[in-house]
Amino acid sequence: MDIIPIAKAAELLRDGSLTATDLLERVLKVAADTEAQIHAYLTIDRTGAFEAAAQADSELASGVDRGPLHGIPVAVKDNMATRGLETTASSQILSGYVPPYDATVVTRLREGGAVIVGKTNLDEFAMGSSTENSAYGPTYNPWDITRIPGGSSGGSAAAVATGSALVGLGSDTGGSIRQPASLTGVVGMKPTYGTVSRYGLIAFASSLDQIGPLSLTVLDSALTLQAIWGHDPLDATSYRGEYPDPVAGIGHGVEGLRVGVVKELAGEGYEPDVDEYVSSMVEQLRAAGAGVVEVSLPTFDIALSAYYLIAPAECSANLARFDGIRYGLREAGDTTEEMMSRTRAAGFGPEVTRRILLGTYALSAGYYDAFYGQAQRVRSAIREDFARAYGQVDVLVSPTSPTVAFKAGERTKDPLAMYLSDICTIPCNLSGDPAISVPIGLDSQGLPIGFQVMAPALGEPMMYRVAAAVEQLAGFDARPELELVAT
Amino acid sequence: MPVEIDIAHVARLARLGLTETELEHYQDQLSVILDHAARVQELEGEPEVNVTHPLGLVNAFRPDEVRPSLDREEVLQRAPETRDGFFVVPPALEL
Repeated sequence: MDIIPIAKAAELLRDGSLTATDLLERVLKVAADTEAQIHAYLTIDRTGAFEAAAQADSELASGVDRGPLHGIPVAVKDNMATRGLETTASSQILSGYVPPYDATVVTRLREGGAVIVGKTNLDEFAMGSSTENSAYGPTYNPWDITRIPGGSSGGSAAAVATGSALVGLGSDTGGSIRQPASLTGVVGMKPTYGTVSRYGLIAFASSLDQIGPLSLTVLDSALTLQAIWGHDPLDATSYRGEYPDPVAGIGHGVEGLRVGVVKELAGEGYEPDVDEYVSSMVEQLRAAGAGVVEVSLPTFDIALSAYYLIAPAECSANLARFDGIRYGLREAGDTTEEMMSRTRAAGFGPEVTRRILLGTYALSAGYYDAFYGQAQRVRSAIREDFARAYGQVDVLVSPTSPTVAFKAGERTKDPLAMYLSDICTIPCNLSGDPAISVPIGLDSQGLPIGFQVMAPALGEPMMYRVAAAVEQLAGFDARPELELVAT
Repeated sequence: MPVEIDIAHVARLARLGLTETELEHYQDQLSVILDHAARVQELEGEPEVNVTHPLGLVNAFRPDEVRPSLDREEVLQRAPETRDGFFVVPPALEL
């Protein structure tokens, strides 16, 4: 079977030429053929998935239609709680943990008739940009299995890229959906902060974390977002107002729209192929009728520095809950403190340990104002820069990642080099605005390049409108050459 | 800005029981990262701190209605050690 978008699968499921059970069997066959090389999944839930597929089929047969995700095989990042299905966040400290409840996004998938194939690999607690920081081994990139798929949602990205799911859910704290989407040639989107419930998402940095879709097409992304977003009383930061229609702008083109090219996200440190493809897409948008201007957002130069204080600070507080008392790993100790210290040292991997230490330091007495307090001022200034920019343009564009997928092991010894992977994606997490990565081509080595479209808060319809135009102009339809299906 | 890190103190605050070798290793790495992070000092001016919810949310209230919570037995099953419906921990105070 060719890999098909969910919008296409939905048609086939309804005209009777495909069943949800067939579709599931096909993605499981892809998984069986590719998982030894790719390792996108930590857990595949065959039993649960076949039950869900059978139910989806019987419902469709009896006229019950749950919408665009009905019968669609979905991969869920393993930092979202799934009732009865192991959820580890790729950490030893949660090895064997089976949640007694579903995350709200998982509930919404189930209510939408989706078939949850399994739980995908990630950097431990979503901290990383390569999916190498997993306690259960790395995920590899289907475009070149000596390279990483990006991260932290590398498992969901790789699953969609190989076809072992039609759509995936990821979480994005500093680019963890968009950067792996860029590196694996799929579409990845981070919604406006507060629009997708974080209830049941294992928290990393609560003011930045946001769940969103990874998909083959821009339309699939919008359809999936529509199914998972909306107010949730179980998340105190959940938006209660009106939600726009994310699909509304798709197909309307870019004529008359104002597109801002971010000056700070180009040049030194960017691979020439990346710069060239991005510039060429900007020219195509201009030719398609968009008004293109260069926009300067000077604070972007120090956004990464602010992020690596704010995110670790929040992480150090959030991960305090892993204390060996209520769930997860426990290492014996003579006192509570000794038990906790031993449990946490044994259960957390090096990157998580590093970030907890960094965050604890940044919040500690004597350093708070110089580091965390100043980072909050930078965050405020970034928001002001965005507000100024959106006074002039409808969307901002940039590369999603300064480079294509790098070699496994290349950056694991140098945390700072790894952190620089997220330089283009971090600003939208700090502002809370939506952003999407769309594949636009392959570099000279045959590796995917992503194009980022950013929009103001609740600007998803405009963001998707431009993203769909980019997708159409790029005409990107290459697939990884890995032998996918033997049907 | 030179960055001073009392790494043993920080690890203690974070309840991370690390070895001497590990502490040295993390201290070196934190110095490099904090040197980069210190670039937040380059910000010009002193903007008012505004890091509220991007959609302007302030408080979230809900009706105080009784609804089912997680099942106690099901929750306790996941704990490393329990007794009589309680979580068991090693002594927290010296008597």
